[in-house]
Amino acid sequence: MALSKRKKAMYMRYAMYVVSIAFLIAVILFIDWERLGNAMFRWNIVKEQFPDILTKAAKNTVVFTVLGFAGGLSFGLLFALMRLSSIRAYRWFAATYIEIFRGIPLLVTLLILGFGIPIATGWKWPNPYLQGAIPLSLVASAYMAETIRAGIEAVPKGQMEAARSLGMSYTRAMTTIIIPQALRIIVPPLTNEFVLLIKDTSLISVLGVTAATKDLARFGRDGVNQTANATPLIVAGLVYLAMTLPLTQLVAWMERKTKAMSR
Amino acid sequence: MSSDVVVSLQNLHKSFGSNHVLRGIDLEVTRGEVVCIIGPSGSGKSTLLRCVNMLETPSSGTITVLGRELTDIDCDINEARSKIGMVFQSFNLFPHMTALENVSVSQRKVLKRNAKEAQEISRSLLARVGLQDKENSYPAQLSGGQQQRVAIARALAMNPDVMLFDEATSALDPELVGDVLAVMQALAQEGMTMLVVTHEMGFAKNVADRVVFMDAGVIVEQGSPQQVIGAPREERTQSFLSSVLNH
Repeated sequence: MALSKRKKAMYMRYAMYVVSIAFLIAVILFIDWERLGNAMFRWNIVKEQFPDILTKAAKNTVVFTVLGFAGGLSFGLLFALMRLSSIRAYRWFAATYIEIFRGIPLLVTLLILGFGIPIATGWKWPNPYLQGAIPLSLVASAYMAETIRAGIEAVPKGQMEAARSLGMSYTRAMTTIIIPQALRIIVPPLTNEFVLLIKDTSLISVLGVTAATKDLARFGRDGVNQTANATPLIVAGLVYLAMTLPLTQLVAWMERKTKAMSR
Repeated sequence: MSSDVVVSLQNLHKSFGSNHVLRGIDLEVTRGEVVCIIGPSGSGKSTLLRCVNMLETPSSGTITVLGRELTDIDCDINEARSKIGMVFQSFNLFPHMTALENVSVSQRKVLKRNAKEAQEISRSLLARVGLQDKENSYPAQLSGGQQQRVAIARALAMNPDVMLFDEATSALDPELVGDVLAVMQALAQEGMTMLVVTHEMGFAKNVADRVVFMDAGVIVEQGSPQQVIGAPREERTQSFLSSVLNH
């Protein structure tokens, strides 16, 4: 007897559940939990990570992120305005900058600016935080410039016309009328950029950091070397999650809110 | 040139790419005059109005407002615009500001009035357009007609010498049109110089001192409302009016 399409779909769904549950049970039964726990999650090592993982490593990650974000936002705004400028040279310069820094991996940019330039010129980075944060913010600014530009372009054209009709200069209209509206539009995507930055700071550890400027990822790796155990990495991952999860939830909430408002 | 001429357009041309929208417009508006521009869509009347405050840069010709030649490269366009009020079809209120802030912002930022003075003036302007109880409302909380009246108050806050209305009632629900037209009529009676692009033939007939009929980028016919709307001479005017009035 031939099954109807809907009945077939229903049986397929049941079959999927059964297979998934069977797979889960198999994993739980066949994994050597004790060995896994010994290699990746030992309580005494977990305890050893504290408080330094928070007071030093997480603090450094936050410092790199905040510096990178502040720099990225300022330069991003500048490049966004240049992209929208009526002066062709500005548009061209900003577009080239954005393409270059979005096209090169952050790791490579970090190595070129952090090591390459000092070796080539004899100039030294005055501060290990800046050595990591400036390349980070240069790359972040390229991404943020595009986000900000999209936000400014999403403000209806009539807003600029109304502001200019009242006698405001272009700059005045931008700062009092357009950018405040664009900011509301771009807060969710910018928060996402912030989350990406938190994770990207882990790459800064390639720049031979000192004990004082270790970030979370480096702290975890060094912990692995000292203990011959993966637990420090797991703890570092959990600390990252503790920072990123609230932010991604915040973005989801903001997006639901704007959706509800535009309805 | 007589000092009574507020707006003077001479041989104005405007093209968007290959689209020749204005094909040689000459027009003068004197102080206190209400001029309505009518015509089919695409005739160039909105473009003409937007040229008067240089929202569109004309391809050739001169625009003189209050004796200042806006098409001159040395002209301070921001200063000139602050004396030309503009009201848009889509209101264009600033959505992140309350009604009071909408009316105050240019007084603060352009005229450099202090906050208290700007607020007092804004309150009296909102009262003048019948919205004294809406000063703390955001544009999204107002009806279209109320938004447009705030927009008129916002333009008046700059003490303009001339007001431009670009189809100010076209985006409104029919029952809200009357409130906005009443405000415009009151302005006209107070002696405001007005250049009004409109589809409201009743308003043109009753309020305008002069009606200008445009088609295909030229002024086809102009004169008193009785003359242009009541007894049009040109065939294009006749066919346009019969299509608007007999629908």
